[in-house]
Amino acid sequence: MKEIVVLSGKGGTGKTSIVGSLAVLAKREVLADCDVDAADLHLLLSPSVKQESEFWSGQVARIDEDRCTECGLCQDLCRFDAIKDFRVDPVACEGCGFCSHICPVEAITMEENMSGHWFISDTKYGPLVHARLGIAQENSGKLVAVVRQQARQIAEEHKLDYIISDGPPGIGCPVISSLSGASLALLVTEPTLSGMHDLERVLGVCRHFGVPAMVCINKYDLNEDNTRQIETYCSTQDVELASKIPFDNVVTEALVRGVPVVEYSDGRVSREIGALWQKVSGVMYSKQEVT
Amino acid sequence: MIISIASGKGGTGKTLVATSLALSLKDSHRVMLLDCDVEAPNDHIFLKPAVTGSEPVNILVPKVAEDKCTYCGRCAEVCAYNAIAVLGDHVLTFPQLCHGCGACSYLCPEKAISEEPRETGLVEWGRSDGVEFAHGKLTIGEAMAPPVIRKVKEHVSSDGTVIIDVPPGTSCPVVEAVKGSDFCLLVTEPTPFGLNDLALAVETVRELDIPCGVVLNRAGVGDARVEEYCKKENIPILLTIPLDTEIARLYSKGIPLVEGLPKWKSSFLGLLGRVKVLIDERNRSLKR
Repeated sequence: MKEIVVLSGKGGTGKTSIVGSLAVLAKREVLADCDVDAADLHLLLSPSVKQESEFWSGQVARIDEDRCTECGLCQDLCRFDAIKDFRVDPVACEGCGFCSHICPVEAITMEENMSGHWFISDTKYGPLVHARLGIAQENSGKLVAVVRQQARQIAEEHKLDYIISDGPPGIGCPVISSLSGASLALLVTEPTLSGMHDLERVLGVCRHFGVPAMVCINKYDLNEDNTRQIETYCSTQDVELASKIPFDNVVTEALVRGVPVVEYSDGRVSREIGALWQKVSGVMYSKQEVT
Repeated sequence: MIISIASGKGGTGKTLVATSLALSLKDSHRVMLLDCDVEAPNDHIFLKPAVTGSEPVNILVPKVAEDKCTYCGRCAEVCAYNAIAVLGDHVLTFPQLCHGCGACSYLCPEKAISEEPRETGLVEWGRSDGVEFAHGKLTIGEAMAPPVIRKVKEHVSSDGTVIIDVPPGTSCPVVEAVKGSDFCLLVTEPTPFGLNDLALAVETVRELDIPCGVVLNRAGVGDARVEEYCKKENIPILLTIPLDTEIARLYSKGIPLVEGLPKWKSSFLGLLGRVKVLIDERNRSLKR
């Protein structure tokens, strides 16, 4: 079983639209939406939720006002400025529990925190594991880990060939959690200076964690000079350029109708995504041969 | 006055709005732009600031003096992040997991744990043609953006207009970047993804009790559901930017919108004016 995670560094380059189409093209796969902060893949796959689970993670400090003598020690020691006027700011609290250990009158307890939900759903393309992190919550990385673990379990149970994950933007905690140990990272970029800058950063993260990467330039014809620069960059970095997808409003039209673009149109965007999947699955297949 | 520029969904135009707003104001206001999208900072590409200073961002991680340690295990017991473990007569630390809370060193009965800095990012600052600028960069391979964001926000000045470019999403880095703002502009696009993530972003800023308004970017693509949502939720749409290949072309080259198309300056000044009115209205109603 191979796990492909789609990342980008910069947001809005087209990760979810591409994953939605790969869901159609791949056979025997489970889909995972690892962008638990702002999950969108369900908007393309019309899932019916089969199982919903709560995600409990981390703790938040609570001060018992009756016991508190307002000595101020907790406020002085908290490194996250999470206690003001002898009250805990639950958004700022990182759940370290330091205050609960040092309170001289044991007025502080740590309470478990329900920080989101995760779901297992059916779609016409295969099972989907997705999640919703609670508003302003921490531990998105841990929720991503739960989503991946569930996806892996489903893939193993049903002997599926692929896990295809829609990753979050950025390079931090939830990205690292989506990426570590994956078989391949497909990096979707766009021919803008911002997109190129962030591609370099996310490729750095792939290298750091030893995950092989391929690049896809989305909307490549918006700036062909920049596209050439990305091509040069990929060859100097020895990273395969898997695909160049043209800009076409058909992608947004499909999105408005809530369907993956390859189902909506058989135009040039869909053909290019088809070729992309051939290439990605081909790489996976040849790797399987080697190992 | 602190205005943060957030979005939920990535790639909707936060950087476009943040840089355009800063450059439109600089002739008449003291203006500062803080790029708090420390995982993927892009404002410097547009502003090309002359960097005049920089400072590493450090997390204090434990350093155990094994000659003092009695392997009692108290440090491992109090660490909420499993960043320190005692195995027989060995103490192992996992600096990447450490949040730097300081509990282990404070609570060690033998005073065997000191703290040493571990670099997780860099903050740089400078000026660009009348705009004061600072941004943070999370080091490749590091997980925790909030400490870098906190360090960038130490540059917030109490006078003038401070514009904060916020990372996408709705979790801890967003909260860290947005909190303390007088107003939050939510940049979105009229697509189902834009709408879904706008609604999440609205919930986040409401949780933080910060007033918000919408900038609708790439108007003309997609559908009318974002506008319907804003109407229903009583969220003002303060600026509409059309889908325009010239705007996209300037963006792709790293040219600020108001430099390439100066007629947009008055639109951004108008946006600031509307934001100010909303902040004043709110302050008056809070006083009442």
